[in-house]
Amino acid sequence: MDYDQFFQTIVNSATLGSTYALIALGYTMVYGILKLLNFAHGDVFMVGAYVGFGVLTLFGGAIDPSISIWLVLLLMALAAMAACAVLGVVIERFAYRPLRDAPRIAPLISALGVSFFLSYSVQLLFGAEHRTYDSFNMAGGKLYEPAVTIGSFSISWLRVIGIVAALVLMLLLWLLVARTRIGKAMRATSIDRDAAAMMGIDIDRVIMFAFVLSGALAGAAGVLFALRTDVYPQMGFTPGLFAFTAAVIGGIGSIPGAMLGGFLLGTVEALTVTYLTQWIGIPVGLSNLVIFSLLIVFMLVRPQGILGRPDIKKV
Amino acid sequence: MTEGPRIGQDEWVARSAENIGRHPLLRAADRVPGWARLLLFVVAVALIPLITDDGYINAVVFDTLIFCLLAVGLNVVVGWGGLLDLGYIAFFGVGAYTYAILSSEKFDLHLSSLVVMAICVILGALLGLLVGLPSWRLSGDYLAIVTLFVYQIFISIVTNGHDLFGVDLTGGVNGIANLDPFDLFGIEIVVSKDGIFNSNYVYVALGVFLVVFTALYLVNHSRIGRAWRALREDTLAAELMGMPTDWLKLLAFAFGAAVASLTGSLFASLKVGVFPETFSLTLLITVYAMLILGGVGSQTGAVVGAVVVYVFLEALRDPDVSGWVFYLAALVALVLVVRPRRMIAVVLAATAVFGFVVHAIAGAIDPDWTTSAPPDADAVTRFLDAWVVIPQTPGDAKTIAYIGLIALILLATTVKGIWRWAVLVPTLYLAAFVWENVMSQQPDVTRFVLLGALLVGVMVTRPSGILGERRVEVV
Repeated sequence: MDYDQFFQTIVNSATLGSTYALIALGYTMVYGILKLLNFAHGDVFMVGAYVGFGVLTLFGGAIDPSISIWLVLLLMALAAMAACAVLGVVIERFAYRPLRDAPRIAPLISALGVSFFLSYSVQLLFGAEHRTYDSFNMAGGKLYEPAVTIGSFSISWLRVIGIVAALVLMLLLWLLVARTRIGKAMRATSIDRDAAAMMGIDIDRVIMFAFVLSGALAGAAGVLFALRTDVYPQMGFTPGLFAFTAAVIGGIGSIPGAMLGGFLLGTVEALTVTYLTQWIGIPVGLSNLVIFSLLIVFMLVRPQGILGRPDIKKV
Repeated sequence: MTEGPRIGQDEWVARSAENIGRHPLLRAADRVPGWARLLLFVVAVALIPLITDDGYINAVVFDTLIFCLLAVGLNVVVGWGGLLDLGYIAFFGVGAYTYAILSSEKFDLHLSSLVVMAICVILGALLGLLVGLPSWRLSGDYLAIVTLFVYQIFISIVTNGHDLFGVDLTGGVNGIANLDPFDLFGIEIVVSKDGIFNSNYVYVALGVFLVVFTALYLVNHSRIGRAWRALREDTLAAELMGMPTDWLKLLAFAFGAAVASLTGSLFASLKVGVFPETFSLTLLITVYAMLILGGVGSQTGAVVGAVVVYVFLEALRDPDVSGWVFYLAALVALVLVVRPRRMIAVVLAATAVFGFVVHAIAGAIDPDWTTSAPPDADAVTRFLDAWVVIPQTPGDAKTIAYIGLIALILLATTVKGIWRWAVLVPTLYLAAFVWENVMSQQPDVTRFVLLGALLVGVMVTRPSGILGERRVEVV
C-alpha cells in the first residue's frame, strides 16, 4: 500500500471536510430554527470568495501586496465574513420572512430564485471567467511550503491554515451557542419556536442572528476554499449541495452533527476519488455517480442523520 | 401575502370571497369554459406559421410549445401532487437522449419517431416510478434534495457516457449529433427548408401539446386527480380516508416524468444534436419560474406562464427589442405597485426631471461621464443619451450602481408614505442607469438575473401566481 498517497488522501479529506463543515453549519443553523432549506447558501459562499478577491485586488494582488500578505489574508476573511453576514440578513428579511408561515414549498422556491439571482448577478458584474487568488505566489510561495513533515510526507501551510481556521471558527461558534444568552435563545427557538416566543424571546432577532452566523461562516469558507481552487459565479453549487448533504448526514439541526457530517463527507469524497475509482475501475468522472448514489441510499436508510432525532409527526 | 382564509372559514366561502377580490378581467376569463380556452390557444398558435414564414419566429413558437409541455408536466408533480421534484429536467434529458440513441447515426438505429416517442413515454414513466420511490420515506426538503441527486447522477452519466465500462453510449461532452428528423408514418419532416425553419414542426408540437394537455386535463378531473389534490393538501388525512397515498405519489412522478420524457424526444427531433449542457439547472429553474408565475396547480396557468416567460426571455436576447422590453417591464411593475394610479404620471415626470438634473451635474463635473449620441441617431436614443449618465469608462461605478439599485428597490418595498415616493424616483433612474451601462451589454446573463428576481418577487407577493388556486387551509 502506498502510504504517501494514503496520507495525502487523509489530508485532502480534512481540508475538504473543514470547508464542507463550515458551510454545513450555516445550513444546519437556519434549518434548525426556520425548517428552511436555504438553497441560496452556496451562493452566499460564492459571494464570500468574490469579496475576498476584491480585497486582495484592493491591496495590490497576491504577488505585490501593499501590506503584509498575512494581514491581507486576514482582512480578506474578515471582509468576506462581514459582507456575507449582511447578505444573509438581507436575504432573510426580503426573501424568507414574508413566507415564514406559507406552505413549505414557497420559501424553497424563493430560495432557488435568490440562488439564481446571486450567481447570475455576479456573472453580470464580474464575468463568467474563472479567476484565481494566485495563492501559489502569495508570500512568495510560502503557502505551498511544507509546514509539517513526517518522514517523506509533508503538509503544506495552505492546508494547515485551512483546517486550523475552520476549527477555530467552529470552536467559537460552539462557545457562542453553548455559553451565551443569544445562543440559548437560538437553541430554545430551534426546539419550539412558538413556546420560545411565549417565553419572551424575540424570534425575529434570533432568526436574524442565525443568518448572521451562517453568512459569516460561509464567507470564511468561501475565502478558504478559493485559496485552493478557482473563483467563478457557479462555484457555490456543488460545495453547497455537498455541504447540505453533510448537514443531513450529521443530523440536520444539530451543530456537532454538521461538523461530523462535513468531515465525513470530505473523507468519502476524497476516498472515492482516490481509491474507489481505482478498485472498481470506473473512470474518475463517474466518481460523482458513486458519491450521489451512496448519499441517496443513506438518505433513505437514515434520513434523520447520525446525530439527529427522527422528526415524528404528531397528529 | 400569506393571509389565506381565516381559521374556521369554509373552503367554499373562501373560494367565493377570493373571486370577489379577483380582477374583473380574470373573472371574465374564468367564465370561458376550459375547452374554449384551449381551442383559442391552439388556433392562435396554428395561425402563426400561416401569417409569417419567418424561420426565427416559428422556431420560437416551437420552443415555446416545448416549454408549455414541460411546465404542464411539472405541474402534475409540483402543482397537483405537491411534491418538490428537482430532478425533473433529468427526465427531459432521458427523452432527448433516448431519441438520439434510437434514431441517429450513432448506433445506426433509425426507428420511426412515433415508436421512439412511445418508448420515451414508457421509459419516462418507469424511471419516474423509480425516482418517486424515495417519496415513500421522505417528504419536503429531503425529497427535493434526493431528486436533485438523481439529476446529478443523470448529468454525470451523460457527461461521462463516452466511456461507460468501455461502451460509448452518450458521446460525453460532445453529445450525439446528426439526429434523424421527425417522421410521421414514414414521411420525414426536414428541419430546415432552404435554411429556413420548417414551420410544420410547429404543427407536430401543437399536436403533441393538444394530446398531452387533454389527457392531463382528463386525469385531473378523474378520481386520481381529486386524490392528488387531497394528497397535496394533507397527506395524513388522505391516507386516513383510505387513499393509497404511496401509489398516488408514484403516479404523480410517473405522469410528470412521462410528459418530460416525451417532450425531450420531441425537442431532440428538431435539434442537430443533444449535449449534456442543454439539461442545466438553469433550464430547471426556468421551468419552475414558468409554473410559479402562471400559478402552481393550474394547467392554464402553466401554459400562460410558459408563454410569458419564454417570450420575455427571447425578447431580452434580441438587442433591438431588449431595451423596449426592459423599460416596458419597469413601467408594468410601476403600474402594479403604485397606488393611487394617478401618482404614476407624477413619479415618471419627477424621474425625468431628476435624470436631466443628474445628467447636467455629471456633465459639468467631468465631460467623460456622459456620452452624446451621434446626430443621426433616432429620437429615443438621443433622449436616453441626454438623460441617462453613460460614463465612457464605467469601471467600478457599475458594481456600486448595481448594488445600490438592489438596495434602493428593497428599501422602496419597506418604507411607507411620502418616503416611498422619494425613494421611487432615484430607483427608477438608477434602474435606467444600470440597464444602459451593465445589463444591456449582456442580455444573456441579464435575462436570468431578472428571472431569479421574478421568482422571488412572485413568491413573496403572490404565491398563487397569475392563475393559481389559492391554497385553502380549513382548520
